[in-house]
Amino acid sequence: MTHLDGNSLAGPLSEFFAFDVTVAVAKCEGCGSIAELARAMVYSSDAGSVVRCDSCGQVLMTLVESEDRAWIRFTGMGAIEVARTPTAG
Amino acid sequence: MSFITRGFGGRSRERDDRLPPGQTLVHDFPVLSAGPTPEVDTAEWEFTIRTESGSQSWNWDEFMALDIDEVSTDIHCVTHWSKLGTSWRGVSLDTLFEHVETEYDYVMAHSYGGYTTNVPLDELLDGKAWVAFEFDGEPLDPEHGGPARLLVPHLYFWKSAKWVRGLEMMPSDEPGFWEQNGYHIHGDPWKEERYW
Ligand SMILES: [Zn+2]
Repeated sequence: MTHLDGNSLAGPLSEFFAFDVTVAVAKCEGCGSIAELARAMVYSSDAGSVVRCDSCGQVLMTLVESEDRAWIRFTGMGAIEVARTPTAG
Repeated sequence: MSFITRGFGGRSRERDDRLPPGQTLVHDFPVLSAGPTPEVDTAEWEFTIRTESGSQSWNWDEFMALDIDEVSTDIHCVTHWSKLGTSWRGVSLDTLFEHVETEYDYVMAHSYGGYTTNVPLDELLDGKAWVAFEFDGEPLDPEHGGPARLLVPHLYFWKSAKWVRGLEMMPSDEPGFWEQNGYHIHGDPWKEERYW
């Protein structure tokens, strides 16, 4: 099977990364609960932020920011569900 | 020892040469925490070193019966603060490793609460690291990693794992929690090894 390079992701991912994180839904790979990210527990410090499942406490994602870069890691969640605006057709 | 305590006189120069590049001196002790603070009772506390062939554990009373060092050292946080001449009491990792046989060269430190951080074994020995349980003459409070934390002052302070509960020997260097999430695998403040 042929493949495209990562530039082809620009279209679909720009839609994805514009999602409203508060209503996005993710499945915790620890306990399987499916919940809005808005319900997760966020522990923030100078070192970074750790987002934990509100049901079992497992780390769902981490965020690290330096002056000129940021790192995001979806450590313990499966697919993320985001809302779409229905289009005609 | 790799650190030297100097007097506090004559510090009027513009930059203290004990400060690594990009660091600012603080006098308080900022708290960095990325999860609930584990409350570990010393009655339940245990420290374990796990190797390829077995493990060695100490409970709190056994730990307190080991040789205890007084440590005066500078500490450097990756978020740009440094604190000079901090005083600690703890057990040197040289003392702990007298009881341990291993062929492995790398260590993963594990904490109550689930955090991990990696350090090469040779950077924990020869007077370079302790399991510390007192800061400034007081028992280490849970916010600062009590009842006991790793103290590896020559590396950025996230390597000095709070709430430490054990060390796992590893055949190769694997990244710990923050090291998987953007922080440098080694973390030398004099080389500014902050992030990837
Ligand atoms: Zn969960």
